[in-house]
Amino acid sequence: MRIFKRTRKLNRSLGGDIFLFAILLFFGFFSAYPLIMTASNAFKPLDELFLFPPRLLPRNLTLENFRDLSELISNSWVPFSRYFFNTILITALGTIGHVIIASMAAFPLAKYKFPGKTLFFTLVVYSLMFAPQVTATPNYIIISGIGLIDTPAIASSLGLYLMKQFMSQIPDELIESAKIDGASEYRIFFQIVMPLVKPAWLTLIILLFQRLWTTDGGSFIFSEEMKPVSYALRQIAQGTIERAGTIAAVAFIMMIVPVTFFVLSQSKVVETFSHSGMK
Amino acid sequence: MMAEMNPTATLSKKQLLWKNIKKSKHYYILLAPYAILFLTFTIVPVFMSLGISFSYFNLLEPPRFVGLDNYIKLFLEDDVFIIAIKNTLILAVVTGPVSYLLAFVFAWLINELGPKLRSFLTLIFYAPSISGNAFLMWLLIFSGDVHGYANSFLMQYGFIDNPVQWLKDPEYMLMVIIIVQLWLSLGVSFLAFIAGLQSVDKTLYEAGAVDGIRNRWQELWFITLPTMKPQLMFGAVMQITTSLAIAEVSMQLVGFPSIEYAGHTIVTHLIDFGSVRYDLGYASAIATILFLIMMSANLIVRNVLRKVGE
Repeated sequence: MRIFKRTRKLNRSLGGDIFLFAILLFFGFFSAYPLIMTASNAFKPLDELFLFPPRLLPRNLTLENFRDLSELISNSWVPFSRYFFNTILITALGTIGHVIIASMAAFPLAKYKFPGKTLFFTLVVYSLMFAPQVTATPNYIIISGIGLIDTPAIASSLGLYLMKQFMSQIPDELIESAKIDGASEYRIFFQIVMPLVKPAWLTLIILLFQRLWTTDGGSFIFSEEMKPVSYALRQIAQGTIERAGTIAAVAFIMMIVPVTFFVLSQSKVVETFSHSGMK
Repeated sequence: MMAEMNPTATLSKKQLLWKNIKKSKHYYILLAPYAILFLTFTIVPVFMSLGISFSYFNLLEPPRFVGLDNYIKLFLEDDVFIIAIKNTLILAVVTGPVSYLLAFVFAWLINELGPKLRSFLTLIFYAPSISGNAFLMWLLIFSGDVHGYANSFLMQYGFIDNPVQWLKDPEYMLMVIIIVQLWLSLGVSFLAFIAGLQSVDKTLYEAGAVDGIRNRWQELWFITLPTMKPQLMFGAVMQITTSLAIAEVSMQLVGFPSIEYAGHTIVTHLIDFGSVRYDLGYASAIATILFLIMMSANLIVRNVLRKVGE
């Protein structure tokens, strides 16, 4: 069986192929191991958790850890479901908001010329060059005034950048002909452009989703009832090895949602990134 | 005559611009919600940060102008900041280029596989970066007692006799952070490279073969890399920014503050002063320096990459 395709006639050796495949296998294992262990620990009974060397897969599957988790949670001051509700709410609102406003802004930037356009887009590209931590302090002052967390994420510049690049490849004729038929800019945007950029939606969703899904609210939230799951997980994780099972259970829940989403949308996401190029 | 002509010319130019702006009304409306949030939370804060950095500000009292005091203190009196800069640069110089290279090499190898295996391996390599808090598993792997996975493995095969305090011993802390950060680093740029490789025009390879390209390496150097330059540029920006902002992994794995500040970075220093001590003037000075480091690293690398293949 040939692992690597040989569609092009280049002098490749079987030995070289095996070597490259071994590299992929090694690093693939390195990449997957912590995730497999997270998933497997989540379903391991206590005695197997403390078995050394650690077993890659549990022998007796159990939901014990998830039960422990819910117990730990129901004894805690704030019910755990509340943390989950907060995380889901933050993630859903933030992600939807981001996709809509970033797409709205990307459309004129990608398809029209107007005064200030180049300046604005240059600012967006430059903003990709520094991490959000740079603006954390002033944002803390601004946000504590408004009382919203992670609002800056809604205007993530990476999302706008990718969406604009993706929209640029929509043929102008499509928009021109809609204009001739008398459609307004807004109608063109919602009825023609938006359906065409679905792959980019998925990409924006997955990027912002993982950011918001794991947000712990930083120092923005003072009220315990408003804190998200990540924050609660961190509190549980303080107990290190004794709570390994419970930690794994939470980490598993936190991990499986974005990963599943990526599995379902992978080809569309990769398609979006083919337009990500920068000059 | 000329003197009279000129004002009308500039006026009509202004009028033209105004006309243009009015004509573009709908575009501004579409842009507005994003632009307002973007300017408020990204552009304005950069300047606010610069302004606050010249003051003493603790949120309770109004800011007091102190000139360059914060910067002087940072560089001359704050030994921890010097450690933080050193650690940040070590982490960035290692994880930045290595993760960039790994992202490209893996994307390149994966690209030669069949579609099913390709999707599977893409998932395997990309998954850590979207797995939320799953990196906490490394706490178990590098746990300092005999039950830590790394310790138990190394002891079983006789590499070490006593458990190593991976997360507590300053000698190993940066190494652990580097490993975990690399594990997390095949993110956006990795996807960009995969997409870039898939969209290289196949006829270029055929033309290359005719022109005498003989092996993989020549093909990579003369055809693939130049075609993918825009994606390579995008990936570089992403990796540089991430590698200079390492903080979360350090705080979660080796603690905050870490023993002897061995895992302290510019960002954890910023968090320390911004969110723990509420010395916002000082935190802003740190943020301004971080901003300058990130921008200059990006612009330098961008100019270097631009010259590749020219």
